[in-house]
Amino acid sequence: MKTLLALTAAVVCGAVLGASDAVRAQAKDKVKVGFIGSLTGGTSANGLGGRNSADLAVRLRNADPKAKYEYELVSLDDECKPNIGVQQATKLAADRQVIAAATHYCSAVAIATVDTYHKFGLPVIVWGAVLPDITYRNKYAEIHRVNGTMINQNQRNAELVSKLGYKTFAVIHDTTDYGKGHNKYFSEALTKHGGKILGTFGVTSDQQDFTAELTQIKSLNPEAIYFGGLTPIGVRIRAQMDRLGLNNVLLDGTSGIKSDAYIAGLGKLSEGSLSFIEGAPTERLPGGKSFLEKYNAQNYPNPPEAYGAFAFAAMTLILDSIEEVGPDRKKVQATLNKVKDRDSIVGKVTFDDHGQNTVAIITAFVVQDGKWVVWEDSEYAVGKRRLPGRK
Amino acid sequence: MDFGLLAQHVMNGMMLGMMYALVAVGFTLFFGVLDVIKFSHGDVLTVGAFTALATYVGLQSVGVTSDMLELLAMLVAAIGAMALLGAGIAKGFVLPLRSAPALNTLLITLMLGTVLREGVRLFYPDGANPKPFPRLLPVESFNIGNLNLRLDNAILLTAGVLVILGLQFLLNRTKLGLAIRAVAQDEETAKIMGVNFNAIVLATFGIGSALAAFAGLMNGLYYNEINFGIGLYLGVVGFSAAIVGGLGSIYGAILGGFLFAALQTIGAVALPFASAYKDVFAFAVVIAIMAWRPTGLIPEKLSERV
Repeated sequence: MKTLLALTAAVVCGAVLGASDAVRAQAKDKVKVGFIGSLTGGTSANGLGGRNSADLAVRLRNADPKAKYEYELVSLDDECKPNIGVQQATKLAADRQVIAAATHYCSAVAIATVDTYHKFGLPVIVWGAVLPDITYRNKYAEIHRVNGTMINQNQRNAELVSKLGYKTFAVIHDTTDYGKGHNKYFSEALTKHGGKILGTFGVTSDQQDFTAELTQIKSLNPEAIYFGGLTPIGVRIRAQMDRLGLNNVLLDGTSGIKSDAYIAGLGKLSEGSLSFIEGAPTERLPGGKSFLEKYNAQNYPNPPEAYGAFAFAAMTLILDSIEEVGPDRKKVQATLNKVKDRDSIVGKVTFDDHGQNTVAIITAFVVQDGKWVVWEDSEYAVGKRRLPGRK
Repeated sequence: MDFGLLAQHVMNGMMLGMMYALVAVGFTLFFGVLDVIKFSHGDVLTVGAFTALATYVGLQSVGVTSDMLELLAMLVAAIGAMALLGAGIAKGFVLPLRSAPALNTLLITLMLGTVLREGVRLFYPDGANPKPFPRLLPVESFNIGNLNLRLDNAILLTAGVLVILGLQFLLNRTKLGLAIRAVAQDEETAKIMGVNFNAIVLATFGIGSALAAFAGLMNGLYYNEINFGIGLYLGVVGFSAAIVGGLGSIYGAILGGFLFAALQTIGAVALPFASAYKDVFAFAVVIAIMAWRPTGLIPEKLSERV
């Protein structure tokens, strides 16, 4: 009896130890990856969409049994303010356990933090900021970007509005690097197509009252107003255009107003506004449909918005690189620098010698019946409806 | 510059001036009665605007469609709620700190303002994004050259004037107003004369905050959009306007508000393609005025002698 008891105990112990050994063998090394975006403030919708998308990438990878590591997403808020962005970038980059990060929606912040990432040697992939200087001002091996730049965006913009017959413009732009960049590239592109800019107005990115600027614009009588800025002031400008009777003037916007928040803030007034984004609408991207399915399955409280897919692609690239060469900043950076014709949900990604993705698809959008519709699919493109300012 | 364009600029300036004046009057009332700067005033404006919006949404969901009824309900709800909030702030934060340096009250109300602002952003559904404000006033307009005179602008402006006149009436012709002015002049003597000091302070804060709520509603109806940041800027401008006009004087606050708006408009017109600097211009002139007249344009009639 006693021997039987001892034998059973031994077998049980052995089984338990054996099982725990198996469990220990399955525990993977933890790897930290970072995400920084504007999670609060006027552009928080885009920041949260990006954060959720990056989080989705990490979750899917962690659910994959073939993954070599267990990933933890460290997500920080840059509030769309350059000084906060630099603080958060320093915090992330100084943490040696963070191997790489997907960074920034706001251009003004992204340009401020490039030096920080370079100093600490943290490889980053920008997922939303469109200012060209971010990758082109310096040749930092740490900085990459999956989305296109505003140079391409504004070329397409100028081409489309000139083709539609708009000749005279007034420009309103915010005075951050984002707005100033858009102003510069749009002005250059427009003059090439023969358009004329009657007046340029710089405004602060949190300005409330635009009646003074719009009154001046009214006296200049342009056919369209080009707006280089983000959703919060885009909403105010369009609402105040209505107040001053400027309803027969086109609002030609940029990626900054391509958001659900723009339409929600304006209701019917948003009808007929234009915007452009790098890449294609999420549903039309090569991996877009499956991304949206997986995104919606997680029940995030916010939608991915225009750049969520790019954040997902950026994070996926990072995770793939870590899987390939291990959790080492220098090795991951070297791998990222060599990315060529890599498939991703946003199409093929190739980083040039400045880390910029050379994909140049730009998609034009117009608000039709309370939704952003791809220009080519809209009733405006076929002439069924007329944009403001067109007879 | 043609007449229509000038008139439009004047119209814009007057609307802005009215809103700044309403906020400035609040600051001046609080300073006058308790010698404190209540920096959460601008954010009370924001909460007032959002209260009005919430009332509207509530009424819509119940099926009310009459514009007049909605407007009335929003007015009553916003003013009532903000009067209570203002009185609450006075009771909870300002009165207890009366014996502390005035700087402490400024700081605590500044922090309270941040709490209110972030509270709206976080707890109001989708508060981080700009929210459309309903058009409840008639929108007929007629064009005179470049001037687009809208009926709702005229109504808002008239309403603002009436509110200020109403406040003047309250302060100068009623017993409550007399008590407020007595407390503002000399707290000790007022108490001796039988004025219920605490009640008057609460009433003053309530009135000032009700003004802020009205200004918030005006702001919403004028711009057809509100967001959690409107109070921040208006608070700073209203405070500067109150100071430049002469802190403690209602006329000074009104003067300061319209002066600031006039400076901004002049700045925007005179620097047509650098209108981003209109605030720089306006504040620079305010600084110059302060250097010339440190106690404001309408100076304090009495100075405190220890």
